[in-house]
Amino acid sequence: MITLNINGKPRQIDLSTDTPLLWVLRDHLGLTGTKFGCGISLCGACTVHLDGEPTRACVTPISTAVGKKIVTIEAINQDATGQRVQEAWLALRVPQCGYCQSGQIMAATALLKQNPKPTDTDIDTAMSGNICRCGTYCRIRAAIKQVAGLTEVRP
Amino acid sequence: MKKPLDCPELNADTWNSGDSLHIVNISRRTFLKDLALTGFVLAAGFPALIRADETAMPSEKEKYGADAMPHGWVDNPLVFVAIAGDGTVTIICHRSEMGQGIRTSLPMVVADELEANWLHVRVEQAPGDERRYGNQDTDGSRSMRHFFMPMRRVGAAARTMLESAAAAQWQVPIEEVHAEQHQILHPATGRTLGYGELAEAAAKLPVPARESLRLKNPADFRYIGKGSLRIYDGQDIVTGLAQYGIDTRLEDMLYAVVARPPVFGGKVLSYDARDALKVPGVVKVIELPSSPPPADFNPLGGIAVIARNTWAAIQGRKALKIEWDKGPHGNYDSVAYKAELEAAARKPGKVVRNDGDIDAALQGAVKRVAAEYYAPHLAQAPMEPPAATARIVNGVCEIWTCTQAPQVSRERVAKWLKLPEDKVTVHVTLLGGGFGRKSKPDYVIEAALLSQAMNGRPVKLTWTREDDLHHSYFHTVSVERLEAGLDTQGKPVAWLHRTVAPTISSTFAPDSKHQMPTELGMGVINVPFAIANLRIENPEAEAHTRIGWFRSVSNIPHAFAIQSFVAELAAASGRDPKDFLLDLIGSPRHIDPRTLGDTWNQGESPEIYPVDTGRLRRVIEAVSREANWGRVLPNGRGLGLAAHYSFVTYVAVVVEVTVDEHGKLSIPRIDIAVDCGPQVNPERIRSQLEGACIMGVSLATLGEISFKEGAVIQDNFHTYQLTRMDDAPREIRIHLLSTTEFDIPLGGVGEPGLPPIAPALCNAIFAATGQRIRQLPIRDQLRKD
Ligand code: FES
Ligand code: FES
Repeated sequence: MITLNINGKPRQIDLSTDTPLLWVLRDHLGLTGTKFGCGISLCGACTVHLDGEPTRACVTPISTAVGKKIVTIEAINQDATGQRVQEAWLALRVPQCGYCQSGQIMAATALLKQNPKPTDTDIDTAMSGNICRCGTYCRIRAAIKQVAGLTEVRP
Repeated sequence: MKKPLDCPELNADTWNSGDSLHIVNISRRTFLKDLALTGFVLAAGFPALIRADETAMPSEKEKYGADAMPHGWVDNPLVFVAIAGDGTVTIICHRSEMGQGIRTSLPMVVADELEANWLHVRVEQAPGDERRYGNQDTDGSRSMRHFFMPMRRVGAAARTMLESAAAAQWQVPIEEVHAEQHQILHPATGRTLGYGELAEAAAKLPVPARESLRLKNPADFRYIGKGSLRIYDGQDIVTGLAQYGIDTRLEDMLYAVVARPPVFGGKVLSYDARDALKVPGVVKVIELPSSPPPADFNPLGGIAVIARNTWAAIQGRKALKIEWDKGPHGNYDSVAYKAELEAAARKPGKVVRNDGDIDAALQGAVKRVAAEYYAPHLAQAPMEPPAATARIVNGVCEIWTCTQAPQVSRERVAKWLKLPEDKVTVHVTLLGGGFGRKSKPDYVIEAALLSQAMNGRPVKLTWTREDDLHHSYFHTVSVERLEAGLDTQGKPVAWLHRTVAPTISSTFAPDSKHQMPTELGMGVINVPFAIANLRIENPEAEAHTRIGWFRSVSNIPHAFAIQSFVAELAAASGRDPKDFLLDLIGSPRHIDPRTLGDTWNQGESPEIYPVDTGRLRRVIEAVSREANWGRVLPNGRGLGLAAHYSFVTYVAVVVEVTVDEHGKLSIPRIDIAVDCGPQVNPERIRSQLEGACIMGVSLATLGEISFKEGAVIQDNFHTYQLTRMDDAPREIRIHLLSTTEFDIPLGGVGEPGLPPIAPALCNAIFAATGQRIRQLPIRDQLRKD
């Protein structure tokens, strides 16, 4: 039995400690906002925050999450930046199918918390681990810039 | 006509007639069930439903559009609208939401005609039940095209019932009252009644006759044409609460993954489950039978591992020892197959269109140009892989799944479980992308079979990404060979196009080797060029895997080849590609698609939807203007143009590229001009087109599924790469050709943006570097190290 701190609450987990955090969240705790897209750290759909760091839950054994603050999409609105990111996502109508957007919002929030005025290159670096098959990248960039108070420059 | 295939139980009966496959719907009669709306006042007490197939569908003449789809359309307000006593308006969405925004856009149409205040509207998703709702196959860029008018009538009829109820209560003529934002007003006396107050009385009134309905004047639309609403599911999406197929959770549910035969047509020879059963959490290992041809939507068979969570099921699957029989396609090899297609394309094949005298014209040409283009298999790879949850209680099966085909899922599950169809309910969740993959319910049937094997216990089946890439219904692979003869002015006088690609019909009739009318009608046979001597041939191609629909289907290879070749011809005649393309299209005119040999015409009436070269010209002119076509760019930068007509929508694209000294490609900007007729929700039209641009770049630069020894080589997103943010076009400018008219026919939106992207990109690369790309994907063809 191990204890994980998830969205501010202690959760008792009785599973082998090599189980990836993703499946504990989704299958055991019902926190299905964190998505499965590839299972091997290639798509970012499963991004959560571990002590504020964007982390791929699909390759994070729960043993390495012990003692860390785990935040998922379900609680990102408790963070002021997270909430502004969500609002920008709604205002610019970023999502299409929406499936990748939990991960995108988690990645964007982590970026903006560490770097409130990211350049285009910063955005590329922070966001290119997150695939969106629907192709919402231009709006994701615009929404990040909106939160950062930067306006899109058109050539 | 040969005899029907052995699938009499199926709704879409499929058979081979000569060379072309026809899929014909045979609807069956069952009793209607009142579902989903209990507790809502307006829906109560009216079991007599109007059904399109009984009252409105022309039975004698040819059917087109929604009329020609299985179960047609329904416009009964009692089916789609319920109003509660507190005024909450519930609107049913019967089409699947997969990112195109249909759960916003279709209910919005109803709400507008109903004069409902969107703040008091909730949307409920219909289960699979086409007899009740009309056609639900969410594909072919059809949802708005086919249901805009029925949904307007739904809203108008419900509004009329509320107006009648208010007029009766006030004892005034109905002409004196009108609806406005959730209220009926009587201006003469200043009285008002809310929708909630009127719902019960309105529900007792007859549904007004279709012909009597007063539809809104488009000038009075509040939502239609505005693009002002937020995405209905947006709040749930950004908070992680949105429910996709993969998110279903039921009490006592088990989790499953399946090891399927690596080669299509293969089966399990033997297996050893001992180690798998030792994995903590694994509950059971079950063999699923393979299905004999045709592939249809049947499960592939294999070994299923059932566990207490998805991870344990995946670990259990890894521990299985399985010996496979590869079956007849064990030698499928993409390198060898490409050579086969090329050989076929270099010899004459079945003639599918023949205008003038191509041989004489080629002989007499001053210059002859020929080129071959290759476009590989693709996997749809929706971000949410296929997933379905099933449970069976007392002979009633319930399914929760992300499907583009809820009715077909229901029929197939009923057949496989040997249950009457009314004992199967398919709940449609949100889809984390579809792109055609989720039109094929093989995974839904698998879930049902696994629940059955577990005595009805809820089982959630998840496909991993590897499963998705290995066992898709793949986009076809093709070689397109084009040859043209030019006269002294460099004007094409002869056009020979051979298109060779395994056909989707092979999935239903394995011996099919020619493209169907629906595939040829995707830009190849109906090419609208003003060339007197033109021949289209379709040599044979044998399928060795399941071929299926991928967003925009055969338009992808056809547009790639044709629009690349046009630019090659322009270069050969030393002309500007845009002027050359416009000359090739010729004067603005309406062409009856049947005169082009296109008997399909996207399922639409040739009278209502002729090929309109004026509209095609207009999008080309618009995009050229907006992209500032002809501007001088430094070395290594270039503009490329392509235009394509598909899904009865006209699209033209200009891509701008930079290719640096190492051959690294970047795309600063794409301009795309679109004429899709009336724009019901321009905001979601724009988002679809943005997505099409990025998917087009992705498939052109990176997309390839290839086979070796019968099995797919690509495993996951490291080998099947998709465009990421750093390589995506930096800016996408959408230019919707403006129209304020709403009584002209609608075009499709979800798919037609995609086909012209790859050729426009390759034409831009040619402009920037002089290098011509004839094989997709581009990958490292530009590299200079
Ligand atoms: S599911 Fe974790 S990165 Fe794709
Ligand atoms: S919105 Fe569909 S995958 Fe990103």
